[in-house]
Amino acid sequence: MAKQLPKTDVVIVGVGWAGGIIAAELGKQGLKVIGLERGRERSIKDYTMVHDELRYGIRYELMQDLSKETVTFRNTLKEQALPMRQLGSFLLGEGLGGAGVHWNGHTFRFLPYDFEIKTQTIKKYGANKVKDLQIQDWGISYDQLEPYYDKYEKTAGIGGEENPFAGKRSNPYPNPPMKDTPLTDRFKKAAKNLKLHPYQMPSANMTKPYENPYGAKMSPCQYCGFCERFGCEYGAKADPTVAVIPFAKNTGNFEYRTYSNVTQILHDGKKATGVRYIDVQTNEEFEQPAEIVVVTSYVMNNARLLLNSKLGRPYDPNTGEGVIGKNYCYQILPGTTGFFEDEEFNTFMGAGALGATLDDFNGDNFDHSNLNFIHGGSITLNQSGYRAIQHNPVPSDVPSWGKEFKQASLKYFTRSINIGAQGASMPAKMNYLDLDPTYKDAYGQPLLRLTYDFTEQDKNLYDFIGKQTDKIMKEMGASKINDRKTLEHYDIVPYQTTHNTGGVIMGADPGTSAVNNYLQMWDAENVFVVGASAFPHNGGYNPTDTVGALAYRASEGIIKYSKQGGILV
Amino acid sequence: MAQKTKSSLSRRKFIQNSSYVAGGLIGGGLLGGLGGIVGRDIFGSKTATTTTTQTKSVADESYNHAFMYFTNPAQFEVLKAAIDRIYPEDENGPGATGLGVHFFIDHQLAGAYGHNAREYMQGPFAPGSNFQGYQSPLKRHQVFDVGLAGLQSYSQSQYKKDFPDITDDQKDTVLKAFADGKVPLKGVTSKTFFNILRALTLEGVYSDPLYGGNRDMEGWKMKKFPGSQMAYIQQIESKKFQTIKPQSLNKHFNS
Repeated sequence: MAKQLPKTDVVIVGVGWAGGIIAAELGKQGLKVIGLERGRERSIKDYTMVHDELRYGIRYELMQDLSKETVTFRNTLKEQALPMRQLGSFLLGEGLGGAGVHWNGHTFRFLPYDFEIKTQTIKKYGANKVKDLQIQDWGISYDQLEPYYDKYEKTAGIGGEENPFAGKRSNPYPNPPMKDTPLTDRFKKAAKNLKLHPYQMPSANMTKPYENPYGAKMSPCQYCGFCERFGCEYGAKADPTVAVIPFAKNTGNFEYRTYSNVTQILHDGKKATGVRYIDVQTNEEFEQPAEIVVVTSYVMNNARLLLNSKLGRPYDPNTGEGVIGKNYCYQILPGTTGFFEDEEFNTFMGAGALGATLDDFNGDNFDHSNLNFIHGGSITLNQSGYRAIQHNPVPSDVPSWGKEFKQASLKYFTRSINIGAQGASMPAKMNYLDLDPTYKDAYGQPLLRLTYDFTEQDKNLYDFIGKQTDKIMKEMGASKINDRKTLEHYDIVPYQTTHNTGGVIMGADPGTSAVNNYLQMWDAENVFVVGASAFPHNGGYNPTDTVGALAYRASEGIIKYSKQGGILV
Repeated sequence: MAQKTKSSLSRRKFIQNSSYVAGGLIGGGLLGGLGGIVGRDIFGSKTATTTTTQTKSVADESYNHAFMYFTNPAQFEVLKAAIDRIYPEDENGPGATGLGVHFFIDHQLAGAYGHNAREYMQGPFAPGSNFQGYQSPLKRHQVFDVGLAGLQSYSQSQYKKDFPDITDDQKDTVLKAFADGKVPLKGVTSKTFFNILRALTLEGVYSDPLYGGNRDMEGWKMKKFPGSQMAYIQQIESKKFQTIKPQSLNKHFNS
């Protein structure tokens, strides 16, 4: 029998960026907030020995313990889904601060086009252009979301510069852009020669000492090359444990409990009454009653918790009806590696969000009339710092082991660079999330089942953008570039990106979306589900800026709801 | 390793000349006889050298040159022969065993990684498609037992010799058959075994020396990777290539 705890105003499931921001904003307003985090406590004091590639970069010390919980995966409905037994394609996080501890800090706003993708695409190209795509508008415009982007960027101390293709900004970035290096400089020159429009990537690695509006002090980035998959020992990367969680605690209204894994949202069919969770150290069960439940775990777990709690209408890929699990998206990642025979670069130096980007082939910034896909992707040279184990670049004709491999990988470690694109991912009817009928987690709950494969749209986008990255790399003067393959089936093994989206999508229509533009569930008005799970499709950028903006938007909605109740839109 | 030092030779000779067949203790060290490995220097020539001549740091490092996981020296010889084909010694510097990678792998298999401690290992198990990843019920240490035995028996079937005794070209042919998934193994594909073997070899070459490989940071030096540096803010804008003396994690305690 679960132990009953005293009721609170708000309970938050998962204390990362979204949970931290909402805790801080609600605490400030005097609401009593409890945050439940299944992982451990973490702070920058834990990162004194973090420059350990094997432990953090390869064995994934900061990531989810899959022995307790994973997802199952299949490419199509016809297959049997099997557990993702090891981390690979994406790296699920765990612990205080969530994935905000081990991100790189790329902080882009989505394009105005993204939020009205269906309307704008049909308007410009006709309904035929979108016929195989399950795209929909977000129920919020860029201009409506802009003030929340601005807030998040101040919280996270983003350093950046104007991007000619971006939506209008109400304020400049709070910090200057990161340093230019011979590599970013070279990328920009090549891009400009090709009449493209490069700019310094917006970064959550501090470019100078910065104090955010909550009073969190962050130090300047040291360009040490250990960012992605690592915590920052300097507190130089905007991380929820640095930028918001201490402030949320200081309000006196926020308490977080680590090792607390939420297994159920308790509800009466219309409204939530609280959550049930398990203390993963003792296996004791608790029920935490609350007026409002806020779900801010990762994409996968947001959908899974709702499905396991039987809250909301599960998506059915055969009919297209239902919403929970709908529009799971990923990203399409073409790119080019260039090999330079006569030059050597300081490739091992870098910072997570050190780089130069261009958006000439992103969104609808270029004409798609004669193209067999919509949208596109940002193209970036990211100098995050090559590390020795993970990075063994060899030209396509070199084998992957043996003497020739050794010689080439040693030579090209400092003589190769990569241009990568983050291609947008459009939802498809058969790409979705539901509960696995066979496999369970360590606590007996069904695992989430991921059914996903690349579509014709994805393959065409991949080919087109890949040609652009090839062109830029050649212009940069590479002696040779790698062979580019075509995009085949999605594979759960090689690391691709941790930019999973969808499953609990937002929109203006309760029939086709799970949450409204305050991230409030249409089917349970006191439940708010916040994160990249709300993206109806995935854009051509990293998701965190938009997640942060939606967290501020949701905070406003929750405060409003706590006063007036009801559906807010 | 190709060169044999005087001390290792004399040790081998000592083993050969000793009445090991009885399986008894020899001078306090249980060395040969168990796996039919007489004639091979099971501890690696470098370690043997250190017992007589080398500096403090190398001698200290060799304390972890012992088995945590493996039990059978002959099996260890198969591992050594395989990883030296994956990452051979060449004009750039040492190969895998010269860097201590065999001990790195032994230690990794003994620990959480070798026992898949943080991975989902609940059944039911099914082979899965090419896109569903690792689905073997075997843990990595078991994969190595199966895989190393497979290298040995495949080598015997093809060349009538133990894997360590075939030529380098023959070893490459065998390893390629494994890499291509052409050799049937129990519970795991030869491709999966090879992929883990390759990955562990590179990890042993390039991980911090604290794990037992990358001896004296030689792996990093060959790659011009400076290891754990606290900052590059002074050099990040430089157009000149920077050669930086590598630093390992123990410096955080020693400095």
